[in-house]
Amino acid sequence: MAFVYCNNLTVGYEGRFILKNLSFEVEKGDYLCIIGSNGSGKSTLMKTILSLIKPYSGSIVFDEGLSPNDVGYLPQQTIVQKDFPSSVYEIVISGCLNKMGNRPFYNKKEKDLALKNMEKLSILDLKSKNFKDLSGGQKQRVLLSRALCASEKLLLLDEPVAGLDPKITQQLYSLVADLNKNYGLTIIMITHDLGESLKFCNKVLKIGDSYFFGTKEEYLAKAE
Amino acid sequence: MQWFNEFVQYLRLPFVQYAFIVGVIIAFVSSLLGVILVLKRFSYIGDGLSHVAFVSMAVAGIVGLTNEMYLTLPVTVGCAIFLILRSNKSKINGDALVAMAAVGALAVGYLVMNLFPTSGNVAADVCTTLFGTVAILTLTLDKVILCIILAVIVILFFILFYNKIFSITFDENFAKATGVKVGFINILIAVLSAVVIVLAMNLVGSLLISALIIFPALAAMRVFRTFKSVIISAGIISVVGTFVGICISILASTPVGCTIVVVDIFVFIIFYAIGLILKRS
Repeated sequence: MAFVYCNNLTVGYEGRFILKNLSFEVEKGDYLCIIGSNGSGKSTLMKTILSLIKPYSGSIVFDEGLSPNDVGYLPQQTIVQKDFPSSVYEIVISGCLNKMGNRPFYNKKEKDLALKNMEKLSILDLKSKNFKDLSGGQKQRVLLSRALCASEKLLLLDEPVAGLDPKITQQLYSLVADLNKNYGLTIIMITHDLGESLKFCNKVLKIGDSYFFGTKEEYLAKAE
Repeated sequence: MQWFNEFVQYLRLPFVQYAFIVGVIIAFVSSLLGVILVLKRFSYIGDGLSHVAFVSMAVAGIVGLTNEMYLTLPVTVGCAIFLILRSNKSKINGDALVAMAAVGALAVGYLVMNLFPTSGNVAADVCTTLFGTVAILTLTLDKVILCIILAVIVILFFILFYNKIFSITFDENFAKATGVKVGFINILIAVLSAVVIVLAMNLVGSLLISALIIFPALAAMRVFRTFKSVIISAGIISVVGTFVGICISILASTPVGCTIVVVDIFVFIIFYAIGLILKRS
């Protein structure tokens, strides 16, 4: 009954193995936190799940009618985006690209979906604002709405609260928790800060020198 | 009104008409690609590629090819694909890679032209290729037709792939994760840039091509705030700038290429000022 199976994955890049023989599975409705120190390979693992990087060995299987492109992704922000001329709406609707195939333009349904997802994250009033003029928290909401346009099933978030102040961080975490609970999205999130983020998740994957995969309760019991 | 009559006289000449048509077309397509290249942090690729084209032109001259495009075009396209695809993976940064190609090619090209001079005046040959002084006024009809075909291809590419181009320029990883064929579109961008640059060498010469790519895009970004408006306004700025530049160069007998670039610089300064005023209000 799992959405994503990762079997015996060995991942890395440029000929360097970062993670070896890692296995875990994500079930429908799960909220999985991936934790580990800097450089332990969290982002590389996420990029492998997104098939941006090929694993050296092992496999990733999508099941339950989930196709590999049917995922929403909230990446870490890049330098390019700092001064990119674009309205919020242009960015959000670009999440619908995976529904278009070879059709060159967005149709009514996709335009409505973009508006709906902006409303869901209460950024509809920012619609024609310039992305680069927004605050850090607003930017993350925009990128999150784009991810929602891409998938209503699975969201992958790569350190979504990096650089945000504590209050905005809280809001973003409750937003993600809300999407998980009330809209049934499965969440895989990379995180640094253990206290706040672990509050909402149900499973934990710790990578680094030793691996741990299990429920949050098991992880907390082991940590004590 | 004497200058005006003189100007109208010039406009009757077919080679002046060709210069206007080709100039405006090249200005338009290079500004469209310019927006993408600037945003992808590839501002300098025009420079690199045009120097590569410069070498292959020199070599083509020595080998005695009747139409140097047969060599220039494939070599430049190959280099463009290499630079754009390689820059993500290579240990050497994209900008360093482009810089290497640019200066390396320039040196080799100049050396080759000196070692195997094809005419008595090497300095004049080099100057013509670098600054495109007269080439635009010696266009033949088949080059004009080639430019029109190219323009149609670039514009079609922009319309059909507009949304995908936006997505991969803004966030390549996200685009890839949602199944956009990023590699394919990047190759298309590289190929089109190379073709535009080879053609633009006739207009402004290989040293000034970057100006056609960079200035309209940057000017548009000072004032406009959405991707669509930046692309459209960059196209308009570039077309108007080039048109005015060619007019001035005919009337004042200045070199075409640098006149166009100076007009573009002037437009950029105006847009920069407008941008500052808009920000304050």
